[in-house]
Amino acid sequence: MPVPSPAIAHLLSNELSFDQLMDEVPLAMAVLDRDLHIVWLNRAFETLTGFSRSDAYGVPCRYIVRSRACVENCPKKKGDLSASAPCQSDLINRDRVRLPIKLTLAPLTNAEGRLTGYMETIEDLRAVQELDSKKNQAFSFEGIIGRSEKMEKIFQTLPILAQSDASVLITGETGTGKDVVAEAIHQTSLRAGGPFIKINCGALPETLLESELFGHAKGAFTGAVESKPGRFRMAHNGTLFLTEIGDLPLSLQVKLLTFLDDQVIYPLGDTRPFHANVRVIAATHRNLEQMVADGHFRQDLLFRLNVARIHLPPLRERKGDIRILLDHFLEIYRGQLGKRISGFSREAISFLTHYRFTGNIRELRNIVEFSASMSTEATIGVNDLPAYLLEAPLPLMQEAPPASPFHPGPLPAPLPETQAPRTWAATEREMILEALREARGRRQEAAERLGWGRSTLWRKMKQLGINA
Amino acid sequence: MSKKILIPIAGDEVAPRFDLAAEVHIVTGLKSGETEDKTVVLPQASAEKLCHLILTENISCVICGAIEEEYFEFLSWKKITVIDAVAGSWEKALILHLKGDLSSGEILCDRSVEGRHVDHP
Repeated sequence: MPVPSPAIAHLLSNELSFDQLMDEVPLAMAVLDRDLHIVWLNRAFETLTGFSRSDAYGVPCRYIVRSRACVENCPKKKGDLSASAPCQSDLINRDRVRLPIKLTLAPLTNAEGRLTGYMETIEDLRAVQELDSKKNQAFSFEGIIGRSEKMEKIFQTLPILAQSDASVLITGETGTGKDVVAEAIHQTSLRAGGPFIKINCGALPETLLESELFGHAKGAFTGAVESKPGRFRMAHNGTLFLTEIGDLPLSLQVKLLTFLDDQVIYPLGDTRPFHANVRVIAATHRNLEQMVADGHFRQDLLFRLNVARIHLPPLRERKGDIRILLDHFLEIYRGQLGKRISGFSREAISFLTHYRFTGNIRELRNIVEFSASMSTEATIGVNDLPAYLLEAPLPLMQEAPPASPFHPGPLPAPLPETQAPRTWAATEREMILEALREARGRRQEAAERLGWGRSTLWRKMKQLGINA
Repeated sequence: MSKKILIPIAGDEVAPRFDLAAEVHIVTGLKSGETEDKTVVLPQASAEKLCHLILTENISCVICGAIEEEYFEFLSWKKITVIDAVAGSWEKALILHLKGDLSSGEILCDRSVEGRHVDHP
């Protein structure tokens, strides 16, 4: 018996092909009999499941749909359906791919209202789930995470800067994400299709750096057995990212300035100039204004690079971002390490949000990686944190003088030597006292605030010599 | 070495999903030509645990319903024959396999519409 191919009469003046009509519907649909055997299915159903109309004809739907709902909670198990029953589930198609789906089984009745079969529809939820995962990436721009006011201003500025072709100077302490921002600007600019070439100006001696940046001709110097294109030529039609620009020797600063003015490079030992269409993004953790004043950096180059400036605030000025960054990196390492860690304990969160993070995001990421690796419990506790945080004098968060994103003040000095050494015990003592103050001395409430039991609070108070 | 076949089952049928099977039937072919059968109830339906069982039981062939590519590849890499997308009675599937006639995607269940038998179009 062939798969029926009915016609629809009385809808238009001519009969319509049911197959043709239903094949145009982008939703996977199947008609089932009362025993849930497949009678008919449309093209979208064939595409989703991988089974053809003839393969599926007369077969119980559980062998064709192969969804979790079919096995665990087939709506038909409870008897005949009187209303449509939707459920979220997953199916494994003929290509052995598991897909998230929404499955709806709706009863079909005859003119007298008697059940004659079912209509099954399947929605592919892959796109919806992708959107959901993107929603989790809110408060971010091309991998830069943050929701603090300072980062929001940067997020607003970055797309505008990306669309221009101006040179950008990125400043900020070590570990604040200067490289990530440079790459984000490139990736969202019109040059995204071109190369993104990075060079660390502080990593090479002056002579090597010149040839590395501008290239050289064959025989230009002893050992130059081959011509070398140089990073500027490699970045043609793309972006050149000069990191640690503050370490660029003065002689090369002149050459860089010449390029920024003329967009032309002269490789060492070559008489022919090369016109390079390159956007320059520079970054440094140094205070270039101070370096200009000291005569270590050319003022004209600073002006030329400083067309647009982005100052990345240190993590201690982004209090609200610590939590979101902890969760972000935990999500990454949880996946990488294959661990089922649900999050940080309240104590660990409290400790980390008060920590100063002198190494900024890089340090935070390393702490999360270490803690996620060490943790044997479902939550990361204080004991899972790197020992240096707990044992060494603790650099706690202090209010730093505010700096505008585009006119940063002098870069924050290293931690003062005179800062009183802090221990975990001192921090714990402070946390307890603060909780007691907030709870107006009520121990039960203070314990709840700290996420501890009343006896734990009592024990710790006794240990630390606190009398409330 | 004797040939061992594992079939994830749901009642009399091959379980529609490898990862959701709560029971497995293991058939061991003996040198005498006879077979030894046993049914194992799994403590929990899980593709990972089922793969582990397949390895520890030295299974050489798995007959199953829908299986994810990841597990299919893993078992194939472990040199285990996987005949997937089999629908219908597990006994029928086993007999066909022992005859050498079972292939992937075989639909062995009775095709019927509104209670009446229909042929494969």
